[in-house]
Amino acid sequence: MARHLAAASAPELARAFDSRRGAFALLLLALLLYGLVPAVFAGRAYWLNVMTNAALLSFASLGVWVTFAIGRVNIGQGAFALIGGYTTALLATVLHWPFWLCLPVSAVVAGGVGFLIGWPLLRLRGIYFAMVTLSLTEATRLFFLNTIRDNGGGVLNIPRPPELATPLAFYLFAATLLLLGCAGVWRLANSRIGWVFRSMRENEELAMSIGIDITRYRILAFVICSAMGGVTGGCFALLQQNIYPATYTIADSINFLLYCFLGGLEFVLGPIVGAFGLVLTFELLRSIQEFQALLYGVLMIVVMLFLPNGLLSLGAVLRRGRGGGR
Amino acid sequence: MSFLAVESLTRRFGGLTAVNDISFSVERDEILSLIGPNGAGKSTVFKLIASFLRPTAGRVLLEGAVMSGRRPHEVARAGIVRTFQETTVFKEMTALQNVVVAHQLGLAATAFGAYLGTPAARADAREALESAAEILDYLGLGHIRDEKARNLPQGHLRALGIAIGLSARPRVLLLDEPFAGMNLEETDRAVAMVEGIRRRGITILLVEHDMRAVMRISDRIVVMNFGSRIAEGTPAEIRANPAVIEAYLGRDDETIGS
Repeated sequence: MARHLAAASAPELARAFDSRRGAFALLLLALLLYGLVPAVFAGRAYWLNVMTNAALLSFASLGVWVTFAIGRVNIGQGAFALIGGYTTALLATVLHWPFWLCLPVSAVVAGGVGFLIGWPLLRLRGIYFAMVTLSLTEATRLFFLNTIRDNGGGVLNIPRPPELATPLAFYLFAATLLLLGCAGVWRLANSRIGWVFRSMRENEELAMSIGIDITRYRILAFVICSAMGGVTGGCFALLQQNIYPATYTIADSINFLLYCFLGGLEFVLGPIVGAFGLVLTFELLRSIQEFQALLYGVLMIVVMLFLPNGLLSLGAVLRRGRGGGR
Repeated sequence: MSFLAVESLTRRFGGLTAVNDISFSVERDEILSLIGPNGAGKSTVFKLIASFLRPTAGRVLLEGAVMSGRRPHEVARAGIVRTFQETTVFKEMTALQNVVVAHQLGLAATAFGAYLGTPAARADAREALESAAEILDYLGLGHIRDEKARNLPQGHLRALGIAIGLSARPRVLLLDEPFAGMNLEETDRAVAMVEGIRRRGITILLVEHDMRAVMRISDRIVVMNFGSRIAEGTPAEIRANPAVIEAYLGRDDETIGS
């Protein structure tokens, strides 16, 4: 027994430490989302909508983060957001389904498409996978543009359930969704599945050689990602009460990636910090109109230059800096 | 019935026949070495046995069950586990994490159970941790288990690669050049390690260039040249075999190994 304790103690302690830190981070996120944001932006519908949007974008980026976890650069999340958005829009307007039913169906449809497409696509690696997923976003846009004839491919007047009628209610819904998503992905990343993902990211052949069915786990990651994209699309369609083929374009797919990069790929909170950071910065720069895009670009470059591992690596960088100074 | 049987394996890449009608068998608890000059097709045979490549013709059987055509992870689950040339490990993980993550076989909990953190999953994690610590200690890596793999020297990485292989509970372990690039002393230690693995009840098939080590460690040796089998026998027989000497040294009468 003593031997076992000695053998097991160090990493088990490390894991316990990690889970406490994870629980702490989630609690902090909950406080910010439920406390600070509503307190600061109460009664300001515009800003609450901005925050809702940031929460939804974070949710989709969390999905992209899961495909990063298996070592794939996925520029296809816009496609799954469109698929989810149209699923919710069509079910709500044509079949008059309630939103609370449309949303899970959107997740299932987007996840199902991810399953079917992922099977052949995930054989590709690196730039090839990135390019194909990029084309997927564009192909999905064209698909809806050409199959839905009215309103330039748009679906309008999506009814909102009364529970989500106010901006604050919608924001709280989006915040809850984000918290649940974050807790779920955090658990995933720290469970055995997360370690399997990590091993595949590092070396797929070696992972195969120790008996890991890499096809199955790749698909799992991609389906989780796609379903999260579908949920985001469904919620966004409801927030806007409409959806168009151009609601999610390649630029959006790339933004989902950027949020992950900016926040930090090593951290589950990375995409959330990245999305909120970028959305807020963009809004704050709105007052300087013509320089908005320029400054935004410069800021991004500065962050990437000085914090290549993302905003969340700031703590580690500072610690190292202090340690080196002594 | 042989434990591991390789029957008429052939593999062509376009017009090139890398492996041509190779047959041999490995008995339980045996150490069998596959040797041959560079480009003889040894590594291709390895990949064929581990199902990382599909044979153009022929098949591989483990205790009579056909392995060829199965996917690599299925063959690993059946008990044929390969290691890699040089230093293929999970570089961004610590040594312990490398070996723990390699304990994917023989787990009680499903992946979903692991996600939920069921008691079975916690028991799995504990067992994997204990077994990993034991394997690391056994291979003399206990003291570096919390080091990141990318910071480890070559010799340790090679041992870590074998530790990863052992974690997958192999019945046959395929070692791809385990002694390459080692000095005499390191090779001696590695030879002792491989013999120890065999004493754990694991059959060993190895591809190796280091003749001195191969002659010492092998029960039998299969020699390949230009994709074909040119000889098979005990180390003493191989050392005296003119075809082998010719393949290695050209027409000369020096002996190989020592």
